[in-house]
Amino acid sequence: MIFPIYWMVSTAFKPGREILTLNPVWIPLRPTLDNFAGAIAQPFFWNDVVNSALIVSATVVIAIALAFLAALAVARFRFRGRAAVLAMVIGVQMVPLSALVIPIFLFWDSLELVDTLLAVVLTYLAFVLPFVIWTLRGFIVNVPVEMEEQAMTDGCSRTGAFFRIVFPLVAPGLVATAVYAFIQAWNEYLIAYVLLRSGAHQTVTVWLASFTTSHGTDWGGLMAGATLTGLPVVIFFLALQRYIASGLTAGAVKG
Amino acid sequence: MNDASAAAAAGHGRLALPTLFRPWAWRLSAGAAPYVLLAPAMLVLAGVLLYPLASLLALSFQHYGLRQLIAHSGEWVGLDNYTTVLRDGFFWKVVLRSTAFAAVNVALTMVVGTLMALLLERVHRPVRVLLTAGLVLVWATPVVVAVDLWQWMFDFEFGVMNWLLTHLGIGNYIHHNWFANPLEGFAVITVVVVWGALPFVVITLSAGLSQVPRDLIEAAEVDGANPLHVFWFVVAPILRPVFVILATLSTIWDFKVFDQVWIMLNQRPAADYFLLGIYSFSESFRVTQYGLGAALAVILVLLLAIAWLSSCS
Repeated sequence: MIFPIYWMVSTAFKPGREILTLNPVWIPLRPTLDNFAGAIAQPFFWNDVVNSALIVSATVVIAIALAFLAALAVARFRFRGRAAVLAMVIGVQMVPLSALVIPIFLFWDSLELVDTLLAVVLTYLAFVLPFVIWTLRGFIVNVPVEMEEQAMTDGCSRTGAFFRIVFPLVAPGLVATAVYAFIQAWNEYLIAYVLLRSGAHQTVTVWLASFTTSHGTDWGGLMAGATLTGLPVVIFFLALQRYIASGLTAGAVKG
Repeated sequence: MNDASAAAAAGHGRLALPTLFRPWAWRLSAGAAPYVLLAPAMLVLAGVLLYPLASLLALSFQHYGLRQLIAHSGEWVGLDNYTTVLRDGFFWKVVLRSTAFAAVNVALTMVVGTLMALLLERVHRPVRVLLTAGLVLVWATPVVVAVDLWQWMFDFEFGVMNWLLTHLGIGNYIHHNWFANPLEGFAVITVVVVWGALPFVVITLSAGLSQVPRDLIEAAEVDGANPLHVFWFVVAPILRPVFVILATLSTIWDFKVFDQVWIMLNQRPAADYFLLGIYSFSESFRVTQYGLGAALAVILVLLLAIAWLSSCS
């Protein structure tokens, strides 16, 4: 399972002579950073890293904020249309991205927003929101209403009770869903590929996918680029792993 | 219902009133609060998901080529796109290919995933932690990165896989081009897809395995069941719901595979590599027949819905 990842990282550190050899060199004998330097020197690398960072942070922050409010509504209130909202949140998750990419492109095209980061952020929002709403709903439902009521009889306002009692208990869910949104947005390829036409406006995944064509097959550079692209996700994921495991299962199963 | 069970779980020892009758919840439900809270999220979903979904459907009944793209309006042609597609022998080939691809991938993912989860349960704790860390690492790897690294592993000239297969005595794979034959090409793509899908399946299944009561297994062993029997008659029935969910999710994911094929073949897959998603995409963005592409996308969504509903019942 892990060997391919080792192979990618070790290739990234190898000089050309150890990469292009008929008998594999298992460990980089003369480790070098040349491949990384080469990858970073590729056109638009920094542009695209900045774009990815902007898109991802905007998506995560807005998605969590909007989804939290929506989850609160479906978890704590009884209202007309609640069932319809829940059905929609589950239903839209079935629709594949590759099917919707056509109308989404035409939609942004008609608004002349193709090749803008705004269009990509709004599109990503729509694709992560259902899952985030659903997961957060599970977390909020798991906090007994009695605890809030107790706090309110003890003199808290409704908002105060909410922020002191519910919020801390839902925090792992917020972390887990933030990681989910981060990974989805950072890894996404197709929408970015279709919506962002110019090299300076693209994201890292699009940059990486076009690496081969722009440079022949520079395997060392490609593996260095791939390592750099994967790194933020891995760091983020490993740092928050225990929240993710507990968060996703706790939120997803119950309710 | 949910709140009632949560209250019961909290162990108050009194009967939980239905939420509707609690004065606190009652007071809240009267207001417009839930709608205000929902509005922003629903606005985004309606604008970027539901509206495109509706326009996808509308588009599938239109002729929408380059000229219509510039004019921003299509030409209604009724069911023409669907009849064109359904009469095309190539379309049926693609449907068959997508179905076979999904079936093989789901089966492999589930079988290998189950075996790995069972293995994970049997190894010592430090080994398990190490293996889990490896799984998480694979899980976190972006698809584009995964495709690139497998491209390198299977490179015809310097790829490590050709070297390994040759030196393990499986055959002569020196300078073997995996993508000359679509069947072999799909084998590589299957490796990428299954490799990427395994961590989620293994981690979910081992979480499920840890919930299986030990005494049930011990009782079966006392009664003389061998490990295979224990798995088949004790563990598997308990894990059935988890299996169903994982298989359903995998079916949906594998049926709509796009990135792996698209990037693996350097964004120019030959017609032999078309799965439904790729077919719909190239019909739209390569051939600029958005109407036909939309019809194909609608068919893909319908097939997914059928797969989903049949697994639910």
